[in-house]
Amino acid sequence: SSLLQDIRNTVGNIPMEWYQDFPHVGYDLDGKKIYKPIRNKDELDMFLEKMENPDYWRTVQDKMTGADVKLTDEQVELVHRLQRGQFGDVNFNPYEPAVDFFTHEVMIHPVTNRPADKRSFIPSLIEKEKVSKLVHAIKMGWIKPRKPKDDTPTYYDLWAHEDPNSILGRHKMHVPAPKMKLPGHEESYNPPPEYLLSEEEKLAWEQQDPAERRLDLVPQRFRCLRAVPAYPRFIHERFERCLDLYLCPRQRKMRVNVDPEDLIPKLPKPRDLQPFPTTQALVYRGHTSLVRCLSVSPSGQWLVSGSDDGTVRFWEVCTARCMKTLPMGGVVKSVAWNPNPTICLVAICVEQEVLLVNPCLGDKLLYGATDQLLESYEAPEEERVQPVQWATANAEERGKGVRLRIQHSKALKQVTWHGKGDYFATVVSDNSNMQVLVHQTSKRWSQNPFRKSKGLVQCVLFHPIRPYFFVATQRYVRVYNLLKQELTKKLMANCKWVSSMAIHPGGDNIICGSYDSKLAWFDLDLSTRPYQLLRHHKKALRSVAFHKHYPLFASGSDDGTVIVCHGMVYNDLLQNPLLVPVKVLKGHVQTLDLGVLDVIFHPTQPWVFSSGADGTVRLYT
Amino acid sequence: CCRSRRLCILKGIYPHEPKHKKKVNKGSTAPRTFYLLKDIKFLLHEPIVNKFREYKVFVRKLRKAYGKSEWNTVDRLKDNKPSYKLDHIVKERYPTFIDALRDLDDALSMCFLFSTFPRTGKCHVQTIQLCRRLAVEFLNYVIASRSLRKVFLSIKGIYYQAEVLGQPVTWITPYTFAHDHPTDVDYRVMATFTEFYTTLLGFVNFRLYQSLNLLYPPKIDGQADAELKPAEGTEYAMDSESYLEKLSALSASLARVMAPTHEDEVEMDEFPVEGETAEQMDARKKEQEAAEKHKKLFEGLRFFLNREVPREPLAFVIRCFGGQVSWDKSLCIGATYDVNDPSITHQIVDRPKVEKQVVGRYYLQPQWVFDSVNAKICLPVADYFPGVLLPPHLSPFVTEKEGDYIPPEKLKLLALQRGENPEDESEEEEEEEEDDNEKEEEEDEDESEKEEEMKLKKMEEEKTQSSKALPVKVTAGKLQLEDKQRLEQEQQSEEKRLAIMMMKKREKYLYKKIMFGKKRKVREANKLAAKRKAHDTAVKEEKKKSKKARRA
Repeated sequence: SSLLQDIRNTVGNIPMEWYQDFPHVGYDLDGKKIYKPIRNKDELDMFLEKMENPDYWRTVQDKMTGADVKLTDEQVELVHRLQRGQFGDVNFNPYEPAVDFFTHEVMIHPVTNRPADKRSFIPSLIEKEKVSKLVHAIKMGWIKPRKPKDDTPTYYDLWAHEDPNSILGRHKMHVPAPKMKLPGHEESYNPPPEYLLSEEEKLAWEQQDPAERRLDLVPQRFRCLRAVPAYPRFIHERFERCLDLYLCPRQRKMRVNVDPEDLIPKLPKPRDLQPFPTTQALVYRGHTSLVRCLSVSPSGQWLVSGSDDGTVRFWEVCTARCMKTLPMGGVVKSVAWNPNPTICLVAICVEQEVLLVNPCLGDKLLYGATDQLLESYEAPEEERVQPVQWATANAEERGKGVRLRIQHSKALKQVTWHGKGDYFATVVSDNSNMQVLVHQTSKRWSQNPFRKSKGLVQCVLFHPIRPYFFVATQRYVRVYNLLKQELTKKLMANCKWVSSMAIHPGGDNIICGSYDSKLAWFDLDLSTRPYQLLRHHKKALRSVAFHKHYPLFASGSDDGTVIVCHGMVYNDLLQNPLLVPVKVLKGHVQTLDLGVLDVIFHPTQPWVFSSGADGTVRLYT
Repeated sequence: CCRSRRLCILKGIYPHEPKHKKKVNKGSTAPRTFYLLKDIKFLLHEPIVNKFREYKVFVRKLRKAYGKSEWNTVDRLKDNKPSYKLDHIVKERYPTFIDALRDLDDALSMCFLFSTFPRTGKCHVQTIQLCRRLAVEFLNYVIASRSLRKVFLSIKGIYYQAEVLGQPVTWITPYTFAHDHPTDVDYRVMATFTEFYTTLLGFVNFRLYQSLNLLYPPKIDGQADAELKPAEGTEYAMDSESYLEKLSALSASLARVMAPTHEDEVEMDEFPVEGETAEQMDARKKEQEAAEKHKKLFEGLRFFLNREVPREPLAFVIRCFGGQVSWDKSLCIGATYDVNDPSITHQIVDRPKVEKQVVGRYYLQPQWVFDSVNAKICLPVADYFPGVLLPPHLSPFVTEKEGDYIPPEKLKLLALQRGENPEDESEEEEEEEEDDNEKEEEEDEDESEKEEEMKLKKMEEEKTQSSKALPVKVTAGKLQLEDKQRLEQEQQSEEKRLAIMMMKKREKYLYKKIMFGKKRKVREANKLAAKRKAHDTAVKEEKKKSKKARRA
């Protein structure tokens, strides 16, 4: 057993974990392995031992041998002492009296016998070097003496002497920053209920761009002041204000402070400009398709209308009775009553033909005389080359009232009479120089006034008094002198596409309607540019008309309205025409995006006729 | 760039919008900021530029010394730290005192914000302390001069408006909560602004205190100081801080350079302005009297603030209007009397119920104080008892013009100010209305079973019956007259339409724009009115239901 006690591990001071995976824990003095004691204790064994062994608490495992060691009483005592922070040795006294080795009393003999160094007698060179460096630095101004304390108060009366002269000139140009907007009711912590946003409004607010929002916060309501939280964007707002203050360009802006009523021009009252048509008086029903054109007899008793349903109807103006219906077998593009009151003749454009029709209405003498006049024609001896073919109507057609047919080579667009009633002009939808032809009824003779095409002709017009001829192309109106056979003027319409044109009975003023909903008034004496551009209509203008006697003109447009304007032309050349819109006449129903197609004034009364896409003709009085 | 930004902020230089942007920008229309060359040259002459350079050099030297561990040099450098002052810039930017007052809004708001910052990170502790000091000084001035006019509790914070020497000065303070510091804010810019604003505010404060004959830096009145027992103060703060704390308690009046004598208040002589009629003069006099009365709104009242109400704003507002105010001793320094003081007239409470109520004082929610100040009269207290649904808090900054929407509460308030008492009438009306409504409702119930056409028929019958029963004479002339009027109106509107057609393009554009703005205003007002109506009816129905339920 004494041999067993002398088991000593020779591995030395190493971490014992290194032997964890081996069956031995080291080697004894003979170099034999020391095996770990067989330990097959499980938890239960451990617990039983803990319960049963009274010395369990003082048993520790020796890591070197792996054996359990029971601590002796002395060892336990030592552990306790160490735990309490006392010295391990019981007999050690930490409070022994101190022995003064060096005293404050000066002794007569030195402690050591060493003589003093020489350096303790002479000044230090290193110090000298340092001092000289400092002195040099001070001399050179590198080191400055300490600044005297500034003892003026931080705040004093800065504006004690307000000197108006010291204000800089630039101060006059200074634009002070605008103040922050003051909060309204909606910003309150307890706003009136109407200021709170509903769900939709809140959603809309959230979807809006932050820069576009009219409110910069969502109004909220709190029951009491205690419930109000901190505003998360407070610092942001202050910061944004700072950025505004130093990064935003400032500019003085004069706020327009105008009463909007002052902007409305002072015009004479329409009441003072009477008469003009004000109400819809009659509706002429009968056409089944859009009514493209209208014309009134010079006496003012009869009205003729041509429609897309291939008929021409003659109406009595006062009764709205349809006197006659002539089927034409094609779309009627234009009708024109001869302006000569002694002749009863209507020119009608149907496809490629112009038909001269005697409606046989009114005074029998009158229309008989017209027939005689037409029959009195004698063909000239020699055949002349004409651009069109003139032909007399056959018996069947005569029964309908057709007297002459003028066959063109292309589809026709417009026909218009000269004021005397002998000549008339036609427009062909073509792009050649044969677009415009002038015909003479009495001689059954046609001619082409133009050698060259100047663009697509929209409409033509004879001057009521002088031998002038107006040709409207897409953007210009050209004025030709028929006698001299030359171009006198070219009017710029200032619009995209001229649709119609009418001339003042005085002959010095022209109005042009255009498809870009403008109406241009030209004063021929004034300039080649419009005297005034009126943008009254909302849609394309289809037709314009002047009254023969009254200072009125009217325009019909696709928006279904007819606007009647007062257009006074003064005899005094110095006074500019006065244009005042007096009435907006409504009545036509818009069909196929078309409204009013033609307007025309009654020759004597202040009445206006309009034909529309809804197949009706209306009379406003 | 950084330094030039600082200079621009301090000197108040702002960019300009060129007249011809394309010409200036070499043909490009890209957005760029343009400064006037004159302004830049002006900046170059500024002596502070050199100070900035010196400071830069100082920082460089200091860093070098630190790097070399030359502590002597560090000490020496620190002793000679260059400093600069902004006094001359303040004087230059605001040549007169009034100019400075006009621009005080931003300075005050910024100082109040900075004084609430925590003393860590974000900016220098000294700046925060300085801001706090200046803000408190300004508040004390406002109290001493009684110049507060309007207060508004907004979601964002509390707006105050004071009239300082005739200039309206508005500022906003945040609610006292810890800030959630945003990351997308450049604090250096704000700090630069604050640097300038503190200088400005300091000088303004000095001048303001001087104008009131008060000591600057402010000192608490000796008499009041004695009341605040010195021993008490030590519980809250160290001696070095107790001065500012006592000052910021806002409960004591300030010491004057000379003891105030009551004869000081000299009757103002009246100088009639030329061209002013007697009526105008009377109106002016009345206005002045009202203003004087407004200043003494809370005079003689003693308030006590409960712990849960924001102390500082309430104490400030109450003291501004002559009231006396105190709070719990444990809440803050400067409490002058106790809860149990029998002379307390109003106790401000912000809790749904007060357990132990003392007889002889009103328990009110804090909104009463603010609303009373804005209304310039002490409002009836019944609406503001604890736990009661408060009436809306309206903005005092809104002055409704004709055609604007006016909330009904405002109308009521205006009536109150005029001295009418609309409440009784409205209550009576309400009762009547309720009766009517009940009747109507019964009818409705009967009728709802039948179809609508039937209803119409019935109504017609009723009409005819009534006309038969009553000898009512319908005169034709009257009808015609109406017609005529309508015709006239129609004609006029048509004339206007026609005239508008003749307008020039530019004028038409302007006209349309103005009209659009007007219409939008009307639309918004109508919308608000409709919303209010819907809300009121909903509330009424709710009331009725609850009433019925109670009856049942």
